[in-house]
Amino acid sequence: MSIPVHKYDVVIVGAGGSGLRAALQVAEAGLKTAVLSKVFPTRSHTVAAQGGVAAPLGNVNEDHWMWHMYDTVKGSDWLGDQDAIEFMVRKATECVVELEHYGMPFDRLDNGKIYQRPFGGHSQNFGEKPVNRSCAAADRTGHAMLHAMYQRNVRANTQFFVEWMALDLIRDDSGAVVGVTALDMETGEISIFHARAVIFATGGAGRIYASSTNAFINTGDGMGMAVRAGIPLEDMEFWQFHPTGVAGAGVLITEGVRGEGGILRNCDGERFMERYAPNLKDLASRDIVSRAMATEIKEGRGCGPNKDYVLLDITHLQPETIMKRLPGIREIAIEFAGVDPIKKPIPVVPTCHYQMGGIPTNYRGEVVVPQNGEPSVPVQGFYAAGECACASVHGANRLGTNSLLDLLVFGKSAGESVVEAIKDGKLPMRPLPEHAADSSLARVNRIDSASSGESMHEVRAAMQRVMQAHAGVFRFGEDMKKGVKEILEVAERVKNVATKDKSKVFNMARVEALELENLIEVAKATMISAENRKESRGAHVRDDAPDTPEHPNGRDDANWLKHTLWFGSDNHIEYKPVQLKPLTAPSVELKTRTY
Amino acid sequence: MEQHELNKLRWHCTRRALLELDITLGRFLDNGFNNLNETQVKTFIDLVAMEDHDLWALISGKVEATDPLESEVIVAIRKH
Ligand SMILES: Cc1cc2nc3c(=O)[nH]c(=O)nc-3n(C[C@H](O)[C@H](O)[C@H](O)COP(=O)(O)OP(=O)(O)OC[C@H]3O[C@@H](n4cnc5c(N)ncnc54)[C@H](O)[C@@H]3O)c2cc1C
Repeated sequence: MSIPVHKYDVVIVGAGGSGLRAALQVAEAGLKTAVLSKVFPTRSHTVAAQGGVAAPLGNVNEDHWMWHMYDTVKGSDWLGDQDAIEFMVRKATECVVELEHYGMPFDRLDNGKIYQRPFGGHSQNFGEKPVNRSCAAADRTGHAMLHAMYQRNVRANTQFFVEWMALDLIRDDSGAVVGVTALDMETGEISIFHARAVIFATGGAGRIYASSTNAFINTGDGMGMAVRAGIPLEDMEFWQFHPTGVAGAGVLITEGVRGEGGILRNCDGERFMERYAPNLKDLASRDIVSRAMATEIKEGRGCGPNKDYVLLDITHLQPETIMKRLPGIREIAIEFAGVDPIKKPIPVVPTCHYQMGGIPTNYRGEVVVPQNGEPSVPVQGFYAAGECACASVHGANRLGTNSLLDLLVFGKSAGESVVEAIKDGKLPMRPLPEHAADSSLARVNRIDSASSGESMHEVRAAMQRVMQAHAGVFRFGEDMKKGVKEILEVAERVKNVATKDKSKVFNMARVEALELENLIEVAKATMISAENRKESRGAHVRDDAPDTPEHPNGRDDANWLKHTLWFGSDNHIEYKPVQLKPLTAPSVELKTRTY
Repeated sequence: MEQHELNKLRWHCTRRALLELDITLGRFLDNGFNNLNETQVKTFIDLVAMEDHDLWALISGKVEATDPLESEVIVAIRKH
């Protein structure tokens, strides 16, 4: 069977913030550029981002990249690589100003400069007091960002392949990446995209959890493809949770609800936060509230028939206050929890929000793997940026608004690295290996030809339950061991998924079965890496690694100040050192993280 | 509607930028869509083509639809 081959200088998979920024860099350099996306670019999940993008512009109060760097290192609980972090914060202003020139309608101050608002974790003068560092376009920052960059890409002649799903990386015998295989959903046909370089910008994988704020599209395809091609995943134990997602649906209830007097209650109606945080109570930090909720549920004081959520109560507030101060919340509660919060409390659970780990890269956006004793050797022709990549700037926890910045800086950086390498003759068009599409065809054929087997929906739900129960916001040693065993069992079931729909055109069942093959790789990586890391750090908090005088917050730098690398072929783990040396700035010395 | 058109519509309903829409539109396809008449189906398809934030503003009632046909379909979506 002959497979169509499309030839490009550069193929970018993903048209969210990071993909569009990378594409712009290569297309404006005159390279023949293709962008593949499962959805129309401006339907990418970046559109959901409302909070803003961080940059130390200092437009509202004094700011400095060194302060931004300090905040980011501290937020990462010292697991972030300080060279990449310095790179990101020093490029921040340039990237935001560029975006402004592309037509991004930032909110403005009276003097015409970009308005900036404060955001948790961002500070002046190395943690002294809050700073206004977030630049936003009303409550549509991500949306405005994608529109500005999409228009610019059209002008630069970037070619978009919309509703095309990349299936697998193609590597030649030397290990160089020379393209991807992809499925055109409209026709059901598989093609090869042959290129000098491939950039992954496929976003996160929040759908591995039962409760996630992420849209359905976040199925971790980039990570799945990388794993199948022998690339390890870095620091996958670290996921950021938001305390109040609507139980069952995941849709976010903003912190503002607790700010306005919302109270969390367990099945006895008890205001349990009084026990965990006697002073701040329901207004304690995200981590503390999430952990308290998880403990209540684990100890059997959850609500509902399965005792698997707690209640967020605002029934004591005046209806006018709810309508005026918390617009949209009543609609969300009615729509997704089926309760009117004026009369009844809202069921909520700690909900997966953001993935800190991903495909290992350096700050140039090159994908790097261990080789011959060297921890970070670039894979020829392979680049990654955005939530699917781990540069690593977010380390063990991400600061709000730093993710959109990551997209801009590392999208651009990956693009620049490709342009430079091509200019220097380092990225020739290498021949395609024979049978380049065989493994993708085999995967699709298996799904198409299976006459009986497991239901995709059931297996996916089983995976999500395992992850929610055993790799949630607060982790328990024995639970995680069980989780590893259970997720490996689910992985076996994935191999047996069969679909009823055997049609070609827009066969969504087939696409979802392929997405599940990616999700399960991320789920395994997360579960196994989490069980393996025997300390608490950032978003990875273990009951058996508590806060002690020797190990404040449960962090154990002597043994665990290192990145995890999980290999999918046999589930083994290797480590690589954290880069504590910035590019030029003095190192941010290790300290206990307190706010 | 042909099966492949329905499949495509389902993709456009459940691979949105906003989780809120993935859930509401998916639920509506499963439960209410079959009750729409031909004109309403056309309106629904037009709504699905809207930008995510604009469509969610209509469904959540933040903004009222001005076109009577649109508001009819929005009311139907809200019911499911
Ligand atoms: C509700 C919410 C609010 C947020 N708010 C903020 C905020 O205010 N500030 C902030 O900094 N961060 C925020 N974040 C995080 C931030 O929005 C994301 O981390 C970021 O948008 C991810 O961008 P990306 O470019 O990596 O991927 P995405 O925008 O998710 O794009 C991924 C792209 O890859 C494509 N793709 C995936 N798989 C394939 C495949 N197999 N084949 C072809 N194409 C594929 C998709 O079609 C899509 O185009 C928020 C996250 C959520 C969930």
